[in-house]
Amino acid sequence: MALFRRSAAVAASQPAPARRTANDLRPGEAATVCCLKDPQMALKLLEMGCIPGTQVRLAGRAPLGDPLMLVLGDEEYTLSLRVSEAVTIQLKD
Amino acid sequence: MAGAIQDAVRPATPQPGPGGALPPAERLPRLALIGNPNSGKTSLFNQLTGLNQKVGNFPGVTVDRKTGIAALGGQRRAEVVDLPGTYSLYPKSLDERVIADLLYNPLSPDYPDFVVVTVDASNLRRSLLLFSQLADLGLPAILALNMTDVAAERGIQIDLPALERELGVPVVPMNARKGVGLAALRIVMADRLAARPPAGRFWQPAAELRPLLAAIRTRFDLPNDYLALHYAHQFGQLHFLSEADRHYLTELTQEYGFDSTAQQASETVARYAHINELLLEVVTVTRTERREPASNRIDKVLTHRVFGYLIFLAILFLLFQAIFAWAQYPMDLIDQGISALSAAIQERFSGPLVRLLTEGVIAGLGGVLIFIPQIALLFAFLAVLEETGYMARVTFLMDKLMRPFGLSGKSVVPLISGLACAVPAIMGARTIESWKDRMLTIFVTPLMSCSARIPVYTVLVALVVPDESWLGIFNLRGLVLMGLYLLGLGSALLSALLLKTVLKARERSYFIMEFPVYRWPRWKNVGLTIVEKVKAFIFQAGKVIVAISVLLWVLASYGPGQRQAQAEAQVQQTAQAQRWPAAETERRVASARLENSYAGTFGHVIEPVIRPLGFDWKIGIALLTSFAAREVFVGTMSTIYSVGQDADLGTVQQKLANEKDASGQPFFTPARALSLLVFYVFAMQCMSTLAVTYRETKSWRWPLGQLVYMTGLAYAASLFVWQLFA
Repeated sequence: MALFRRSAAVAASQPAPARRTANDLRPGEAATVCCLKDPQMALKLLEMGCIPGTQVRLAGRAPLGDPLMLVLGDEEYTLSLRVSEAVTIQLKD
Repeated sequence: MAGAIQDAVRPATPQPGPGGALPPAERLPRLALIGNPNSGKTSLFNQLTGLNQKVGNFPGVTVDRKTGIAALGGQRRAEVVDLPGTYSLYPKSLDERVIADLLYNPLSPDYPDFVVVTVDASNLRRSLLLFSQLADLGLPAILALNMTDVAAERGIQIDLPALERELGVPVVPMNARKGVGLAALRIVMADRLAARPPAGRFWQPAAELRPLLAAIRTRFDLPNDYLALHYAHQFGQLHFLSEADRHYLTELTQEYGFDSTAQQASETVARYAHINELLLEVVTVTRTERREPASNRIDKVLTHRVFGYLIFLAILFLLFQAIFAWAQYPMDLIDQGISALSAAIQERFSGPLVRLLTEGVIAGLGGVLIFIPQIALLFAFLAVLEETGYMARVTFLMDKLMRPFGLSGKSVVPLISGLACAVPAIMGARTIESWKDRMLTIFVTPLMSCSARIPVYTVLVALVVPDESWLGIFNLRGLVLMGLYLLGLGSALLSALLLKTVLKARERSYFIMEFPVYRWPRWKNVGLTIVEKVKAFIFQAGKVIVAISVLLWVLASYGPGQRQAQAEAQVQQTAQAQRWPAAETERRVASARLENSYAGTFGHVIEPVIRPLGFDWKIGIALLTSFAAREVFVGTMSTIYSVGQDADLGTVQQKLANEKDASGQPFFTPARALSLLVFYVFAMQCMSTLAVTYRETKSWRWPLGQLVYMTGLAYAASLFVWQLFA
């Protein structure tokens, strides 16, 4: 719990290293959320279930490349979000 | 009925409160329905209340407040309030703020006795976030565990007794769409009417916040720390707080260095951690096969780069054909029924009052009833698209296309709803969180061709466009109609682009949303939507239409002073000199009387302004009266042309087609009809839309801006068309 709290808070203040984000996923590829970069956006993502430690999978992109479909966790729960929003979701290596 | 109300009265209402609208003995117990979007909340509300629904407003704001009366076990009944769907108690949109206003003020007359939380069993973890917040507020609650069928399909097993034990509230498994579990829920609700709040706490605010929360609790006399925490987070948006209270909270939170964003983030993360632990004991997932869900396979087609758009276009085209072609049959029946009724009355009775009844009241009523088929069909389409989950895919497909115009994919749904009526569409724009996106959407939505324009379009298109097919399949009239719709759409988009450069953003915009699983529509929900919209049209627009129809008949039948009589005498003299036949004389007399009536005077005054558009004083009258509502145009035309004519029982179209200009040629030439059509595509001819824009934006700047901009656009476009083609 303490670990979660730190990662959410710290990520807001740190300049992001060149981490991969949800937007860098290839279609069908899955990865684990490391931290959420943008504090305001983070609140929205958190309450929709995109928490650090959750697995995300890129299910596909809209025909024009944006927005994209992310499947969260093991519950097969699909979010639709813009590229500008997806880049705030940083992934673990 | 009275007996049922008597029996429902109970002494156990927890705190009626000084703000209560009624003394406790007179009010039904009130329960609020709350849950995530797509958790089946609307289905449950419809199942509980059926046709016993009312749509009103939450006090002070303009969010739809749907309430209904639900029969519980035995003779007991309860009032059910349907709250907007939300993921947490921290509002991210205007809709969600209503929840805070309702649940954070125990003195509010709307304060619920308990809440029913709808929870998606296939997404238990996320759904429980909201539940845990509600429980910590100390609200008595029941958990309606919905979509158990979807969960079972996915191999999710939920240990219900364990879940009840962990949450400390009754859990009722159900499938709201099919009505499964409803009886059990009713019984549990009846039992809980005198409920106490759940004992367990899911999360406690951090220790360093205690002094701040204690101060807030003392000042506002709040029952727990968590409610006090929400005051600290949201005082700026709580309508029931006074200016002094807000000032106090501003200073207090600053003094303690309260960081709302960080606190919210850590609360959400901590809650999820707790819920994860809890669910370990409760949920087991057995996956027999990792087959791709049907929904994903459907998405491969419906969001495909080619088929996705083709299917969307096909659905739109089907929609136009439905409104224009299929609706015609019931409309003809209604038209003939009204004509037959008028004829039957006029055969048996005569006198000025009978004329008022047939030419004023019944004619106006017909003008209202005739559009029910189109409105019903359109809302049936929209409700099915919404119910199946396809609307979310439309948003997904369209977002990138809409963004260059300053709109988002979320604007597509209000804009498409604007095809039915701008009033609900503008209210629907409330789901757009970003202020700028929302204002743009509201401003341009009235440019979308709403159903009130359909009568104008239908009459004028049918008048000048031949009923022929093109390439053997497409109805020519249908194509022209589609062109008008596209003109409206194009002007809406370009106007948004224009406004986008003027308007500055106030806050960041979110697009993120849940993709609901595809489902078959629930016909009960579709049916109730249709009933609700048709009722709204009849009782809101309908009243105005009938009233204006009657007023107009009076204005068109009587004139100032002796002018009508003098004009009539003059015509009679000419008739004798020219030896006109009796029918001709009668027609000229009627025409002269109308020209000298109050309405005619009115039209003549504005004629110089609209003459460059190809309009005469009769159209001038219709333009003025249809400011109340566009559909009044047709009623006005029919009243004006039916006055003094024998053939007032024919359709409006025939009346217009029979109209001749000074040289005896048909008055409604293609150029004139086109100029009028274009005028109606652009003009802001709707008081209701202006009123709703004012209420939604809380400023007269926006509706006035719409009025000036759209009328100017309409005038310029009509001028262009008439000068070019006439």
